[in-house]
Amino acid sequence: MSARRRKTVSAIAEGLCAVAVILALLPLAFILFYVVKQGASALNWAFFTSMPKPVGEPGGGMGNAIVGTLILIGLAALFAVPIGCICGIHLAEYRDSRFSSVVRFAADVLNGVPSIVIGIFAYGLAVLPVKRFSAMAGGFALGLLMIPVVVRTTEELVRLVPSGLREGALALGASRSRAVFTVIVPAALPGILTGILVATARVAGETAPLLFTSFNNRFWSTNIAQPIASLTVQVFTYAISPYDDWHRQAWAGAFLLVMIILVLSIVARLAVRRLEQMNRP
Amino acid sequence: MTITIAMPSAPPGTAAVREIESGAAKISVRDFDFFYGSAQVLHGITLDIPDQQVTALIGPSGCGKTTFIRSINRMNDIIPEARAKGTITIDGRDIYAPGTDVVALRRRVGMVFQKSNPFPKSIFDNVAYGLRIGGLTDKRSLREHVEKSLIRAALWDEVKDRLDDSALALSGGQQQRLCIARALAVDPEILLMDEPASALDPTATTKIEELIWELKANYTIVIVTHNMQQAARVSDRTAFFMLGRVVEYSDTKTIFMNPKEKMTEDYVTGRFG
Repeated sequence: MSARRRKTVSAIAEGLCAVAVILALLPLAFILFYVVKQGASALNWAFFTSMPKPVGEPGGGMGNAIVGTLILIGLAALFAVPIGCICGIHLAEYRDSRFSSVVRFAADVLNGVPSIVIGIFAYGLAVLPVKRFSAMAGGFALGLLMIPVVVRTTEELVRLVPSGLREGALALGASRSRAVFTVIVPAALPGILTGILVATARVAGETAPLLFTSFNNRFWSTNIAQPIASLTVQVFTYAISPYDDWHRQAWAGAFLLVMIILVLSIVARLAVRRLEQMNRP
Repeated sequence: MTITIAMPSAPPGTAAVREIESGAAKISVRDFDFFYGSAQVLHGITLDIPDQQVTALIGPSGCGKTTFIRSINRMNDIIPEARAKGTITIDGRDIYAPGTDVVALRRRVGMVFQKSNPFPKSIFDNVAYGLRIGGLTDKRSLREHVEKSLIRAALWDEVKDRLDDSALALSGGQQQRLCIARALAVDPEILLMDEPASALDPTATTKIEELIWELKANYTIVIVTHNMQQAARVSDRTAFFMLGRVVEYSDTKTIFMNPKEKMTEDYVTGRFG
């Protein structure tokens, strides 16, 4: 192959890559542009602090939904993080056992289950028996969605810890579990933390599993045994309504959601950088 | 490498192999075989390692030196499918006997690895690690032990003002001495060193070698090395490994000046390896 031909082929390949990247990024750019354009103008201080107003009454906000979303995320994390982390550590430690491959497969299947199905499951398990929508049921549904993500990221990152560290700990007379919890997990912690934050960001944007678990609440409520408002369900409710006022509110809510996810991602990155600095010269 | 024939078929336990210069045997190895799955990597190893001396294991890559040294603290246990046969006794107790407390064994038999492996923790916490998992919590006592170990590993003067800094900020040579300090902190009787200086520059290597020389007053040291000069410099006794067998084991001087086996001579004079 002549040098010229090689260079031409290389240039074409590079061009194709660039086009693919642009195609992948375009939708993101459009979404962000549109959400910011429509949402930012509807956003004001009252939006964060006040409650939803009835139709026709101008103003009002999503104060209760913002708090509700935070509570739901918190409940989900409380449920999913311990289970997911311990499961992930187990998978990394006993990577070749039969049980592990079953668990790994189950986690992957769970990861692929549509969120609406998870919602129905949580409805059957946490709503029907007590005959009441509740924040707890919503947190449970979101937690189920979080678990597989936390499991797999934890596993990957624990596996990445150099085997020399494990051997070093064992050689000093550490038992296996001791080595895992005093050396290996701390070494993998920055990564595990990112995984948790990414999983949190992912479920923060979920609507479907909340529709029939935490439902919605027009009033201020922090009681986890009662239905609770959330940004996503509120946006959904407003967006399908026929009122212009509510449409504006929906855009503002969407904008806020995007911002929350952005902030979570940035916090994840900063946390990782800080922890890595502590672990590195 | 053209040597595929003439493996010395001297049965394990020949006088030359078993003979010990002075002192009692700290570690006695008898007919020790080791397998990874179905592949046998050690064949009938039989030798006695004396107390308070430095024993060097030399031989070409893949000859089983590292597998052997990792058998002495049962570090190979963590490899799935690995299997040992025969006995290794330390102070007369078979460490492969069923019911052996591997954790307790590893506290008596410290190990320094080829690649320095400080934990991503502070210098202090690295040295204190073994003490803490041993149950020591008293702060003053911890500090004393850490200081003593760092002094013994000839690292104290370089790090005494920054014990809280990350161990990963140290240079390669310092990291390796930190790992030695960490191993010494739990007060082992035996120190296994698997090519401890192979990744270090000459200055750092000299420091490690001087250290080994000083440590042998208190410890039984077994060192794997690829560097023949190093074996000649630091060890009292040398075992030459080849294809999973001990070809010759004698005092270092004999191995290097007047080896009995032709193969040993060829190896130490650099004719193959």
